[in-house]
Amino acid sequence: MKHKTPLASVHERLGATFTDFAGWDMPLKYGSELAEHEAVRTSAGIFDLSHMGEIRVAGADAGAFLDFALAGKLSSISVGRAKYSLMLNDSGGIVDDVIVYRLGETNFLVVANAGNRAAVLDALQTRSSSFDVTVTDESEDTALIAVQGPNSQAIIEAAGIESEPLDSLRYYRVVEAIFEGEDLLIARTGYTGEDGFELYIPAHAAESLWETLERVGEQYGLRPCGLAARDTLRLEAGMPLYGNELTTDRLPEQAGLGKIVALSKDGDFVGRTAVERGPEQDAPVLIGLTAEGRRAGRSGYEVYEGDTLVGVVTSGALSPTLGHPIAMAYVAPASAESSELAIDVRGKRIPAAATNFPFYKRKA
Amino acid sequence: MAELKYTPDHEWFRFEGDVATVGITDYAQNALGDVVYVDLPEVGSTFSGGEAIGEIESTKSVGELFAPAAGEVVAVNETVADDPTLVNSSPTGDGWLVQLRFTEEPELIDEVAYGELTS
Repeated sequence: MKHKTPLASVHERLGATFTDFAGWDMPLKYGSELAEHEAVRTSAGIFDLSHMGEIRVAGADAGAFLDFALAGKLSSISVGRAKYSLMLNDSGGIVDDVIVYRLGETNFLVVANAGNRAAVLDALQTRSSSFDVTVTDESEDTALIAVQGPNSQAIIEAAGIESEPLDSLRYYRVVEAIFEGEDLLIARTGYTGEDGFELYIPAHAAESLWETLERVGEQYGLRPCGLAARDTLRLEAGMPLYGNELTTDRLPEQAGLGKIVALSKDGDFVGRTAVERGPEQDAPVLIGLTAEGRRAGRSGYEVYEGDTLVGVVTSGALSPTLGHPIAMAYVAPASAESSELAIDVRGKRIPAAATNFPFYKRKA
Repeated sequence: MAELKYTPDHEWFRFEGDVATVGITDYAQNALGDVVYVDLPEVGSTFSGGEAIGEIESTKSVGELFAPAAGEVVAVNETVADDPTLVNSSPTGDGWLVQLRFTEEPELIDEVAYGELTS
């Protein structure tokens, strides 16, 4: 039995094509996924992300506990801020990548990927034994609606939400607000490479919020967007996807996320010893690849330098915005800066060059 | 205009004499998503039954064009090679892919049988 989000009937009304994602019945697209992608780059898109896991961490030791349980120094962020972080296992492998919101001195919200919700919840509970905190899974009662794109602020401002002015809500900040008498969180975060917001709201109020945003968003070119567009948007923005780029087999440094690990923080944290030891010298590293033409390397395709197999693609697509193929790949460190690579696209070698992330950066 | 025949691989065939115009169905284009690239065979090339003679790529995945029986490529749609979105906007019209002449009888199903497969 697949999980359905509180917005399932909305997606059916909109004629969505559904796909299974981590056991959830999620909208893949509503019409053209390229049009959805473009809407986010040029106007705005609305996404149902209610499959994500929301886990509340509260109590006197909440900050110290998260410093131990996660790789970043969460105790040092101020109230009203968000931070991207990683959960590691004892071997330094990546259990999940998460966003942590500090909502009060002793009150945090950890947002985990849908497929890792159980693993993150379980690890947080296990790791909390010697701390004065409570760890509560609020996922079932929480819907998440993202509005992303250059017009997203105007749309949310038109939706009748009582909040502080959004002009003062900067990137990676969060604020409490009220919609139709319901508490919600407005966060200026996202996974698209555009300005945008993520709205956390009680599940029973999600449909009304979505329909309001849809109505007021019409004049701003707001378009419902599915997971297909979400994937090409995050790929262009150079953001890793758990299960593709991030797995328990990878250390943060291999994924280019070494700076997310706060080795300078006091005290132990799960995975510290392994991260300090670092990956093997010849362990593969994550790079970006660009190619010419229109044939994209895709997950699992091999990467060559000359006749030598040097790595494998983890995500790839013909970039809708840039018009040429882009990919993420794990390659041998010696090939990580090579401009003479090739992707084996079903038997044909497509020349590719290593590049830095992101592939696409919005104009400031 | 001759009625369409189908394969369970979601390809359609319209015969005029011994030449079949071939494309992918509306169901297939919707499942594939926005088509961004098509790779078509060379005119005059021959193929055997079950061989993949072309590729249709969307942003998310790759579909292959299978020949249901042995034969020869008579023509390819150069317009769709330049504008692959025709596969989405007009899968059984301007978005046709190739014209084939078979040297053996392909096993095809009619519209009713295909409709049952995709319902």
